[in-house]
Amino acid sequence: METILAATVAVFFAVSIYLMLSKHIIRILLGVAIFSNAVNLTIFTAGRVVREVPPIIPEGLDTPDRITANPLPQALILTAIVISFSIFAFLLVLAFRAYQELGTDDTDGMRVAEPEGEALPPLGY
Amino acid sequence: MAIEPGQAVDLSGAMVLAPATPADWLVVGPVAIPIVTGAILLMVRHETRLHAGLAVAGLLAALLCNIGLLARVLDQGPLVMTMGRWLPPFGISFAADALGASLALVATLVAVVCALFATADIGAVGRRYGFYPFMMLMMAGVGGSFLTGDIFNLYVWFEVFLISSFGLLVLGSQHKQLDGATKYAILNLVGTTLFLTATALLYGTFGTLNMADIARKADGLRENAPLTTLAVLYLLAFGMKAAAFPVNFWLPASYHTPRIVTAALFGGVLTKVGVYALLRTLVMLFPPELELLSGLIAWVAAATMVIGIMGALAQTDLRRVLGFVVISGVGVMLAGLALGTSEGLAGTVFYAFHSMIVMTALYLLAGVMNGLGGSYSLSKLSGLYASNPLVAAFALLLMLAAAGLPPASGLWPKVMLVRASLDSGQPWLAFAILATGFLTTLALGRVFILTIWRPRVVAGPETPASPYLGYVALAVLSLPVVVMGLYPDPVISVAERAASAILDAPAYIGTVFPEGAAQ
Amino acid sequence: MHTLIFRTIAPYLASLMVLFSIFVLLRGHNEPGGGFIGGLIAASAFAIYGIACGVAPVRRALYFHPMAISGFGLLVSALSGGVSLFMDMPFLTGQWTEIDVLGLPVDISTVLFFDIGVYFVVVGSITSIALALEEREHA
Repeated sequence: METILAATVAVFFAVSIYLMLSKHIIRILLGVAIFSNAVNLTIFTAGRVVREVPPIIPEGLDTPDRITANPLPQALILTAIVISFSIFAFLLVLAFRAYQELGTDDTDGMRVAEPEGEALPPLGY
Repeated sequence: MAIEPGQAVDLSGAMVLAPATPADWLVVGPVAIPIVTGAILLMVRHETRLHAGLAVAGLLAALLCNIGLLARVLDQGPLVMTMGRWLPPFGISFAADALGASLALVATLVAVVCALFATADIGAVGRRYGFYPFMMLMMAGVGGSFLTGDIFNLYVWFEVFLISSFGLLVLGSQHKQLDGATKYAILNLVGTTLFLTATALLYGTFGTLNMADIARKADGLRENAPLTTLAVLYLLAFGMKAAAFPVNFWLPASYHTPRIVTAALFGGVLTKVGVYALLRTLVMLFPPELELLSGLIAWVAAATMVIGIMGALAQTDLRRVLGFVVISGVGVMLAGLALGTSEGLAGTVFYAFHSMIVMTALYLLAGVMNGLGGSYSLSKLSGLYASNPLVAAFALLLMLAAAGLPPASGLWPKVMLVRASLDSGQPWLAFAILATGFLTTLALGRVFILTIWRPRVVAGPETPASPYLGYVALAVLSLPVVVMGLYPDPVISVAERAASAILDAPAYIGTVFPEGAAQ
Repeated sequence: MHTLIFRTIAPYLASLMVLFSIFVLLRGHNEPGGGFIGGLIAASAFAIYGIACGVAPVRRALYFHPMAISGFGLLVSALSGGVSLFMDMPFLTGQWTEIDVLGLPVDISTVLFFDIGVYFVVVGSITSIALALEEREHA
């Protein structure tokens, strides 16, 4: 199971890095979304996969009586999903606004903040 | 072990049963007060007149809390509080040592001054779009990052201040801001996602996220576990946050686009959180790996400081000059990390204090100069000495400080770092620090000559903005600059305490896990 | 999306979803559910209402600005975490008490108020993003 998950993580990382190398913002964003999912899957795999034994303490005991599934990775992933979801929502709005205002989603064309061919600073007076 | 229904369960195996002390309030305060203030500010978003007062009051309360926390930490050693009473490593610990508490204090001080400056700089529209709430939430994130003792929680606080900084960056929605914010947001998100990747692998290796627990388990795992990989990933992720050389390009692309007070807060505080996280992970959690990587970090440090300051020499926009000066300062801080000695780390910590205050002050100074001269461009802004000599005085002091010349605060950390590099047999690193100081003098001296001495070349604005609030802000920030420059002993001793706090991991572990409480 | 069927059904659907979101929020302590998922359901209810009837009616129906709602949620969460400090326990320690509602004992805890705070934060922030996007589409 871990091997399959690890291979999936590898594919996710490869796809996301390929997309993030693109010059277009929308592809970079898709890459970032897949990137964060790849990390979530990494956390899931790193927490060891134990199936079908819920982490519930049986009646009358105060510790579980056998190895159970690890609930912590799910809490971590949930946190990470919430964060990446909200940041991704923000980034989508930002990219949409930037596309509307700047008229391009090509990073080579986004030179408003750093204009090309600026005059040199004065050398003296 | 079986328990009968109705029988009292022994909680001592799972919970901290000692009653909370007032010290707990001090650890939570620097984070909880900004969050509560930010929440109230969000609720009264239309009453823009209330915003500035509430924000300044909230930050002052957080500042008092920070002062109390630092005094307590210096007096009695690290302070730990674990959320929800769950025993560490199961509960999330907040652990304030001298490093975190002192950096949190300086960051809050800087934020108070920025909030004061913003009362004139941010109008009703900016307030309605949430300048002050974003600022408070960002400071909560920064404070949380400095104080937390749990590495996943550190990630969460990073995201808290990151997402608030996005809001601050696009406030106003000019074309330039959207452009800068897109690059800032995407690259920083990639950086924090790398941090999360490293944390996922770390969790898979250690099975714990509490930093004290990681530190005490690292030695036993070093034989088989890929700890060097983790250290390299953290170096890359936090290097990106700190704007170290090959991954620094988001900073000059974005820091000159927002309001000047936002730029001041970012330039002062945010990169130092990255440096702090590098110190915390590499020095405290992975010292042998740090030794292995120290050659690489030394090169990164030298490249960051020299290339950063050369970038500053080539700029025409005052704010972009300052952006590159921030980068070069990060290089100087990384030099201490590369050395890894007690004196080098103390130099790094002192430089972080100095850099937070001076970079914020320089950005605010740029704002005052723009208000008086009507431009940030070095080819237009001129003649300020003739019209406002006080600006020239502040500019001279702050530029001396940034260049590391007496009588200002930049001198002593650089002396400490140069001596530490000579002691560790790396004279070239000392040479790089000194050369950076020289180039900073050139870059900022050029700015000084062009904007302040040069007779006015372009007519200024009809009605220059009133500089008096700016003077107050600059005076508040210049005071520690001069005091740290003339009388550095207390700050050096705090920096040394901070350095020994991260070098002495057993003491930190001992506070989080008191003897016999948990195994 | 100005189809008659959708516009007629949307207000009822939205109010049903908000009711369901409160149910999910309150059952969240011992069963699947909770503030976050409840908040998402409520936010999607407002989004559906906005798609069907336009953004202005949603803003009128909400009465408070979405960001103010999420600020309120943040405040409730932070304060419910602080209650335990007054009980000499660390921040965010759950405090429980039982009250009597019409003869039935009901457990009340700071954890519940924390979750209610999360609910408002999620409702406020997601609704404000959704409404901003819908507004732009119509403009």
